[in-house]
Amino acid sequence: MTTETRVDPMNDLPPEEPVPVMQQLLDNPFLLLFLGVALPTVLYVIWGVMEIVNIPVAK
Amino acid sequence: MAVNRMFRTCPSTGLLFHEPAEKLMKAHAVAAVVSLLVGGILALGVTLTRWQAVHLLSPDWFYLFLTAHGVDMLVLWIIFFEIAILYFASSTLLRCRLATPGLAWVGFWLMILGAIMNNYAIFSGTSSVMFTSYAPMGAHPAFYLGLILFAVGALIGCFVFLGTLVVAKAERTYNGSIPLVTFGAVTACIIAVFTIASGAIILIPTFLWSVGLVEHIDSLMYRTVWWGFGHSSQQINVAAHVSVWYAIAAIVFGAKPMSEKVSRGAFLLYILFLQLASAHHLLADPGLTSNWKIFNTSYAMYLAVLASMVHGLTVPGAIEVAQREKGYNRGLFEWLRKAPWGNPVFAGMFISLIGFGFLGGISGVMMGTEQLNLIIHNTIYVPGHFHATVVVGTTLAFMSLTYFLIPVLFRRKMLFPKLAQWQPYLFGLGMSAFALFMMGAGTLGVPRRHWDISFAGNAMPYEFPGAAWLMMALTALAGLAAVVGGAIYLLITVGSVFFAPRVDVPDFKHVRAAEGIAPAPAPVAAAIAAHHPNVGMAGFVAPGTLVLAMVFLISFILYYFVNWKYLSTVWPLS
Amino acid sequence: MSAILPPEDRVWWKQPLDRVEGTWVVIALIWCLIMFFMMPYWHVFGKQNLANEAYRTTPEVYMKKAQDMVDKFTVRTETDQKIPVVAPPAGSDVYLVARLWSWWPILELEAGKSYRIHLMSMDWLHGFSLQPENINIQVHPGYDHVLTVQPTRAGTYSIICNEYCGINHHTMSSKLYVK
Repeated sequence: MTTETRVDPMNDLPPEEPVPVMQQLLDNPFLLLFLGVALPTVLYVIWGVMEIVNIPVAK
Repeated sequence: MAVNRMFRTCPSTGLLFHEPAEKLMKAHAVAAVVSLLVGGILALGVTLTRWQAVHLLSPDWFYLFLTAHGVDMLVLWIIFFEIAILYFASSTLLRCRLATPGLAWVGFWLMILGAIMNNYAIFSGTSSVMFTSYAPMGAHPAFYLGLILFAVGALIGCFVFLGTLVVAKAERTYNGSIPLVTFGAVTACIIAVFTIASGAIILIPTFLWSVGLVEHIDSLMYRTVWWGFGHSSQQINVAAHVSVWYAIAAIVFGAKPMSEKVSRGAFLLYILFLQLASAHHLLADPGLTSNWKIFNTSYAMYLAVLASMVHGLTVPGAIEVAQREKGYNRGLFEWLRKAPWGNPVFAGMFISLIGFGFLGGISGVMMGTEQLNLIIHNTIYVPGHFHATVVVGTTLAFMSLTYFLIPVLFRRKMLFPKLAQWQPYLFGLGMSAFALFMMGAGTLGVPRRHWDISFAGNAMPYEFPGAAWLMMALTALAGLAAVVGGAIYLLITVGSVFFAPRVDVPDFKHVRAAEGIAPAPAPVAAAIAAHHPNVGMAGFVAPGTLVLAMVFLISFILYYFVNWKYLSTVWPLS
Repeated sequence: MSAILPPEDRVWWKQPLDRVEGTWVVIALIWCLIMFFMMPYWHVFGKQNLANEAYRTTPEVYMKKAQDMVDKFTVRTETDQKIPVVAPPAGSDVYLVARLWSWWPILELEAGKSYRIHLMSMDWLHGFSLQPENINIQVHPGYDHVLTVQPTRAGTYSIICNEYCGINHHTMSSKLYVK
């Protein structure tokens, strides 16, 4: 990204220290958006609708 | 296309406002407050009707009022305010121009149009179907269409927010990661997108059904998908008001999050799991298996509850650390005793935090436990719970933020400052008592959304115990106190914004942010920057907060098992 | 004002956890797991659980089953509307009909015996609320929900509707006798 070449005056960390994966995830709103919509859609909506569809018909 | 890059700096806080964003924030805040005014008048009618001794409204008006109260408060007031918060958390906190202000205005007017259309349908008397509008009970098509238009407008607001994040990153208006409060707003925005998507999946077919284009809407399917919208919309509030707590702690105390990792991790748990709690409403429904119910109702093993418990600790913990560093370091609670209880921004925020945790949080977990739901489902315990979360939690947090925004955003002097000092106490404590008495009545079986629990004129009435009637009367009295508190808020807010003298800004000038170069964030005081400050007791930086958290946990555990005990006495069911 | 400013460190994920936070996260997580496992525990060892037994059906089919039961087991009628009071044998299928704005028929059960109670609505959503026991179950149109219920104490109970079902919602109440 754009931060690699920039010298950051605010802290002493060497700029080349890699950003941990979890921090990269938390810094990426669009990846979070995907997860935050996909997870409840699958676990709540799709699973729930499948169960309703599979309710047996009374004899 | 010319891009407006006009900014102003707030002289008292140093916040940077982008002018088009500022106008949008004001418009959304005003629309929110107008909705609150309408919803508040309706609340008075509802609470005075449920007080059996007064029984103000006829049944048709009662159900009409209740429907409109639900929509105007749960949707209009809160979502309008939240869009303003999204713009504040992106444009103002990132010191960045707002992306596509023109589109944002389209979103705003769609929301206004939808709000008016929906309210028109309700007040015409054809759509007293409650906020939930459960099919196959049908409302006027304008009821659904209004909600859909409102949701589309809100969705546009979400995308303007996300667009602003992109602009800020591209134009490097900040270094590194976005602020924690903005991250909380991202959380709220993501939940809002899921909410609106669920709403679209169910409300569009229901609208088509109401105009005769769709044959049949399945009641169970409706409830399942609708609650993806109805409950998640309240989860937007949780993310938003937790962000507001962090913001107020930062604004009032200069408090720094105890650790970015923990607070952001907790928000991540919200993003992943909070929406699953829509299943809370379906625990007493047929056809959905216990596997689905247990997994979803517990937010996948209560991971979102864990997140709330973390925020409930880190917000007061951050305040405690900041206070101790200012010298209020004696004993467990000097930091709390010496807090600015006369400042409505802090007082409201703290009551919101305590009320949300102790009343809203604990009761929410009770109702959301698969089996315990049997003794709570659809009783007035349910509105008791959500008045503790949405009103004491969200609304009071937003009110506190308003007291900060009147001078900063609206640049007006606050009218009636003495009255403002009392407002959070009257409203917060009144509403907490209101919620508590409703939960009491619900435990005795009093139903929600019910015009007459005396069953007068019925061949086979049920006689509720005297305690239930007493609880309903106390609910109404506490409700009246809260309505007065709400009216004071409206008086102060509307009075200040429209009639108070302007705040004079001698060195006010427009700042032109040169393209691509951002001002570096202001350096933070060295004492706060040190990670292990020399404060606290026994190796804990925030011992008082930990003690409070333990009190919370013990109340939680006791109340949890009291409910299981109560459940074990009712008829065996399988 | 640092919650409203970007974090000072470029890499903040590696900051060590504070002791207060660490302690609390561990305690809270344990409590969350206890609450989670209480639900499956109660399915195995507890007595109050909703079965997952439900069928998709139509009002006509359901009404016919209810009518057959009423024809067989009616012991008397009550009120001006001559609502049948039905005393079905223990262990049998008992059909309760919810409709705008009444419960039909009135049931008379025996304490200590168990019954397969069916709940279904003929029209809109209703809420089965047994008072003062305070058992509350959602009643759907088109879904026959089966509960195996064992009344414990003799007495006269009430069934009220606690899902809003239109203008006369508050008049929807009935009795349930346990001998």
